[in-house]
Amino acid sequence: MGLTVIEKIIRNNIGRDVKPGEIVTVNVDRVMIHDIFIPFVASKFEEMGFQKLWDPDKAVLIYDHLVPASQVDDTRHFKVGNEFVEKYGMKNIHRADGICHQLMTEAGYVKPGNIVFGTDSHTTTYGCVGAFSSGIGYTEMASILGTGTLWIRVPETIKVHITGKLPENVMAKDIILKLIGDLGADGATYKALEFAGDTIEEMSVASRMSMSNMAIEAGAKCALFTPDEKTAAYCGIALTDKEKDLVGDDDAVYCQVINYKAEDFVPVMACPSNVDNIKPVSELVGTKIDQVFIGSCTNGRLEDLMAAAEILKGKKVAPFVKLIVTPASRKIYREATQNGTLAVLAEAGAIITHPSCGLCCGRTGGILTDGERVVATNNRNFLGRMGTSKVEIYLASPKSAAACAVAGEIVMP
Amino acid sequence: MENFSGKIWVLGDDIDTDIIIPTEYLALKTVNDMAPYAFSPLRPELAAQIKEGDILVAGKNFGCGSSREQAPEIIKALGVKAVIAKSFARIFFRNAINNGLLLIENDKLRDAVNEGDEITVTMNEAIEHKGMKYPITSLPQNLVEILEAGGLVKAMQKRNRF
Repeated sequence: MGLTVIEKIIRNNIGRDVKPGEIVTVNVDRVMIHDIFIPFVASKFEEMGFQKLWDPDKAVLIYDHLVPASQVDDTRHFKVGNEFVEKYGMKNIHRADGICHQLMTEAGYVKPGNIVFGTDSHTTTYGCVGAFSSGIGYTEMASILGTGTLWIRVPETIKVHITGKLPENVMAKDIILKLIGDLGADGATYKALEFAGDTIEEMSVASRMSMSNMAIEAGAKCALFTPDEKTAAYCGIALTDKEKDLVGDDDAVYCQVINYKAEDFVPVMACPSNVDNIKPVSELVGTKIDQVFIGSCTNGRLEDLMAAAEILKGKKVAPFVKLIVTPASRKIYREATQNGTLAVLAEAGAIITHPSCGLCCGRTGGILTDGERVVATNNRNFLGRMGTSKVEIYLASPKSAAACAVAGEIVMP
Repeated sequence: MENFSGKIWVLGDDIDTDIIIPTEYLALKTVNDMAPYAFSPLRPELAAQIKEGDILVAGKNFGCGSSREQAPEIIKALGVKAVIAKSFARIFFRNAINNGLLLIENDKLRDAVNEGDEITVTMNEAIEHKGMKYPITSLPQNLVEILEAGGLVKAMQKRNRF
């Protein structure tokens, strides 16, 4: 019988075939801890009685939610993190290089076929290069740091097959939003998503990243893309036979198969205040807005900024709208400076901020208040995420967001 | 694990971690400080009403949203013996077990009970309510070991002989 991608990754990790529903203990290839959770991870680790990290080189600490500090207390997280790194001999620390999920693949910490856990729920992102990655709490992170292992339940897989050519104004973000709407906020709970089809093969790694990033919004444990030549170029490696084999077999068993035609997709938005509340942009046209946010680990990459710049070139942001642009990493910031993208955005009236989580985690950089509306390219529109609980958040693609910034209301990209 | 009976509190679908503990209270010093605000966006009076040994019965996708581990810690701090739901969000499920909070999945009980009813749980067998039995599956042995140790920290302490 054939295997799904996740079944192959787990088999390769533990050295025997597995079936969905089985509980197995995997060897962890890499872990990511972010600034918000490091004080809790550090105290649990010591409370558990561990003396050293199982492998200091496999742990990565990234400051992103609190960078730069906006409250005096935030600095405590940096202090605890710096002490932990020093005490246990860690080398991989990023203090102001960008958002954790962007850096984990961009800086080469994650490779195809790896098993990776992180303290943030959007750790599903690394499925973009064919890695099994998922979010966990701080207590489990502490136990992995000591043991290098974690128990997991082998998930069933939902296959999503997409063929054809996407319409010009549709981005990967529209696909994942549509899928979350179709599955519902718990439609993939405990399960793996597996993407295939020629539309997926045509996609850049950056676009795949937007999709794997949001898999958690349907409850998924992970979201996997088969590594290909694009993955190899992105990771700066040559794929081994084992990595090339991370494709769902024809006779693999799926709990659900969803087929889409690329031509059928239209620009969509997730409306307040649930990520699965999806409506076509055409039904929302004319809704007045106060702010636009282009950034986050979902859509703060170079291709996203360039797509926005293409729409904003030679135009101005509506006078009563604030457009906030937050590149996902320092590298992206530099590249967008070098190729003129940031100049176009600045000329159009964008407020360009330092790379970080920024407005997505609702701590800095454009907090809103009662009755205000924002079109944003990030991944959650929960009540109170970007200010008060009476702020309305519409999640959209960078193209849709840029078009709205110019119009001052929701319009088709 | 031992069998138990208790009074139930009934909740709906998609109870997210922001409802279980809103972000504004996450900066309080201890879980006990946060506990009075549990479920406050939905039912501000609930935290004060829950008594030691009570049981929560909820709909689908209980604990969805962020990875904040304070959510199950607070439910445990309120004295809740177990949460029985149609389904649990993945990260919440792990965090609950790791903090020694028992979770039981059952998709029928929620729609058959009323708040204040008494139920009896026979571990690895069934939940009993007004003469009806709702079968439950047994938890995998490795999870039972974590629960019986009183959570993952204590299980690791045992491993490390700390």
